[in-house]
Amino acid sequence: MDALIEKLKGQIIEQLNLAEVKPEEINPDSPLFGEGLGLDSIDALELIVLLEKHYGIKIEDPKDGKTIFQSLRTMAEYIKANGKG
Amino acid sequence: MVFASFNNIISSLGFSTLENYEAVNKSIVGVKKRILPFSKEEFCVSQIENDQIKSRFSELGDEQLYTKLEQLSILSINDVLQKSGIDPKDSRTLLIYSTTKGNIDLLETPQNNLIDTKRVNLWSFANTLQNYFNLSNTPVVVSNACISGILAIIIAKRYIEKGLYDNIIVCGGDILSEFTLSGFKSFNALSNEPSKPFDAKRTGINLGEAVSSILITNNSKLASVYNTQIISGYSANDANHISGPSRTGDGLYHCLKQLNISETDSIGFISAHGTATPFNDEMESIAFERANLSNVFVNSLKGYYGHTLGAAGVLETVLSLESLKNQRLIKSEGFEEIGVSGKISLIKEHQNNTFSSFIKTASGFGGCNAAALFKKL
Amino acid sequence: MNSITSYARIKNNSVFVNGTLVFSADTNLNITEFLSEAYKKLSISYPKYHKMDTLCKLGFLCAEFAIQNTPFLEANNLDSIGIVLSNSSSSLQTDILHQNSISNKEAYFPSPAIFVYTLPNIIIGEIAIKHKITGENAFFVSEKFDSELITNYCEMLLQNNTTALVSGWVEINETNYDAFIFLTERKENINKNTIFKPLNKQIVTELYNT
Repeated sequence: MDALIEKLKGQIIEQLNLAEVKPEEINPDSPLFGEGLGLDSIDALELIVLLEKHYGIKIEDPKDGKTIFQSLRTMAEYIKANGKG
Repeated sequence: MVFASFNNIISSLGFSTLENYEAVNKSIVGVKKRILPFSKEEFCVSQIENDQIKSRFSELGDEQLYTKLEQLSILSINDVLQKSGIDPKDSRTLLIYSTTKGNIDLLETPQNNLIDTKRVNLWSFANTLQNYFNLSNTPVVVSNACISGILAIIIAKRYIEKGLYDNIIVCGGDILSEFTLSGFKSFNALSNEPSKPFDAKRTGINLGEAVSSILITNNSKLASVYNTQIISGYSANDANHISGPSRTGDGLYHCLKQLNISETDSIGFISAHGTATPFNDEMESIAFERANLSNVFVNSLKGYYGHTLGAAGVLETVLSLESLKNQRLIKSEGFEEIGVSGKISLIKEHQNNTFSSFIKTASGFGGCNAAALFKKL
Repeated sequence: MNSITSYARIKNNSVFVNGTLVFSADTNLNITEFLSEAYKKLSISYPKYHKMDTLCKLGFLCAEFAIQNTPFLEANNLDSIGIVLSNSSSSLQTDILHQNSISNKEAYFPSPAIFVYTLPNIIIGEIAIKHKITGENAFFVSEKFDSELITNYCEMLLQNNTTALVSGWVEINETNYDAFIFLTERKENINKNTIFKPLNKQIVTELYNT
C-alpha cells in the first residue's frame, strides 16, 4: 500500500503539473481538494484520466470521484480493490 | 446608428433563416442521436446532412477545392450578399468571421491534395473566403470561445461607429468534429439526450454544427427588413476560472449592467447562452436576477441546435431578430421544471407578444461573457 | 490622451521591457526550458502557471513583465481594464497535442487539462485571473502582427467604458515563438518605470519592430 501511495504521489505531481509541490509534502491522509494542493475541477477530471491511463480503471460517473479522491489513501485503496495493475 | 439586417442560418434545420425560423416555430428539434464516422458510440448532436451541402454547393463552386466549413460559409455569406445586394469588393465592406476551431477537421481526416492543410490556420481559412468573394479587405477573425459570435457582432458595431466601414458581414461557423466532441466528453459536459437548458433534470451540452451570417450596417435603407438597431454591447471577464463560470455571475452581470437598459425598452426576452450544463445555467440565472431582469422572459435555443460554438451567438441573434420581427416569443425547448436558483422566467410555449427589444448573452471558457441589446425602431 | 505606458517583448530566448533587455538565456534552451527560467526571474510563486500550456505561459509571462513595477493595476479600475490579444496560429500547437491524444484508439486519453487550452482566448483568461482584471476581452487571429487591427480596436474600446488595456501578440508555431504586450492608459501615471508614447499605429509598429 505504501509503495502504491508513493507511486501515486509522483503520478499526481506529473499529471496535474504540480511543479512546486514535493512528494514528501503530500500527506496521504489529507484531503486532496480544498485547502492544501489547491486542486480544482479540471484536476478532478484529470485524476479520472490518470486512473484509466495507469490502472485501467474507468470511472463512468465523475460524482464517484468525490469519495475516491478524498485523499491519497482512499485513492490507493480504490486502485487496490479495482485495478488491473 | 448601427443596424442588424439581412441574414442567413445553415443548420440541421435548414439552409435559410426562414426555414430555420419555421422549423423552430413548429418545435422541430435538430438534435438527434447519431453514430458518427469516428466513433462506435452514439452522440446526441445537431448535424447538417452532407448530401444537402453537396447539392447546394455545386451551384457555387467545385467541392473538391473547399472544406466543409468553407463550403457552408460560402453558401451562408452568398445568401446575405444576394439578399442585401451589397458589393463585397467595396472598400467600405468588411467580413468578420467568428469561429472557435475553423477547419479543425484538416488535423484529423486526410484530405484530397487540392486543399492545403495550412488552411487549418484561421487566417488562412478566412483568406479562402476573401479570395472566393474578391473581398477588398482582409477579413477580421475573432476566436474568443463561446462568446465569439455575439462578440463579433459587438465588434462590427464598434467598427461602424468609428467610421471605418459601412457594411460588415459577420459570419460565425463551426463544424462537428471528433476534436471538440472528445474534448467536451473528457469534461463530462455532454448530454446523451437532447439538452434541457435551465431545467431541473439538465445533464449537459449537445454539440451542433451551423454557420450563420448577418449584415451589420449604418444604412437604414438596407436595414428596413428588421428596422432594428444594436443599442449597446459589452464583454467582460469573470477572472475566476478558465473553465468554470463565476458562481455569482460576475462577468455576465457586469456586461448586463453596462447595457444601459431603459424603462422604455420593452424587452421581450433574453436569448440566453443556456448550454444546459449545471454550472452555466445556474450562473446565468443569478446574473439575470442581479441585473433586475427576473421579470423578463428567457429562452435558450440550444434545445433546438445544441451548442454551435462560434456560430451560436450569430445564429441565436438572427433567430431572435426574426422573433422580434414576428412579435413572437420562442419556447425554450427542453425546459419543463425550473432547475436554477436565480429567479427567472422561461418561455414555456411559443406565443405572440408585443415588445420592441431583446438581449442576447453568451459566456464561455476563459471566463468570458458578452451581452448586447437590440431594439426595433 | 491614450498613452502606451509600458511594453514587454519575449523572443529569441530574451525578455525586453520598454526596449531594455532584462533577461536572456542560452539560445540552445527550448521554449519550455527558457520560459521556466524566465518565470524564475520574475520571483513570483504562482502554482497555476505550471498548469498552463506553453502559449499561455508565454502570454502570461510577457504580461507579467509589462505590468511588474508599474502602477498600472492600482491606477485603473480592474473592471475597466480590457485585454485584447492576437496571434497567427491560434492554439494550434496544443490542438495537435489534443488531436494526438485521440488519434490512437488503443491509447485514447483526451485530457481536459489539455483540451481547455485549445482556445486562444484562454491566455486572456489566465492574465485576467492573475490580476482580477474583469473588463473587455477580444482575441483576434491574423497572419502577421497587425498593428492597425490592434490599435483600431484599442481606440474603439477606449472611447467606450474601457480606461486601460493590456494588448498585443502572443504567437507560438512549430518553428518559433514571439510575444509582445503593451499597456495603454487614458490617464497619465507618473512612475520611474513608465514611458509615455501616444497610442497610434506607427508607434505600435515601431515598438513591435525594435
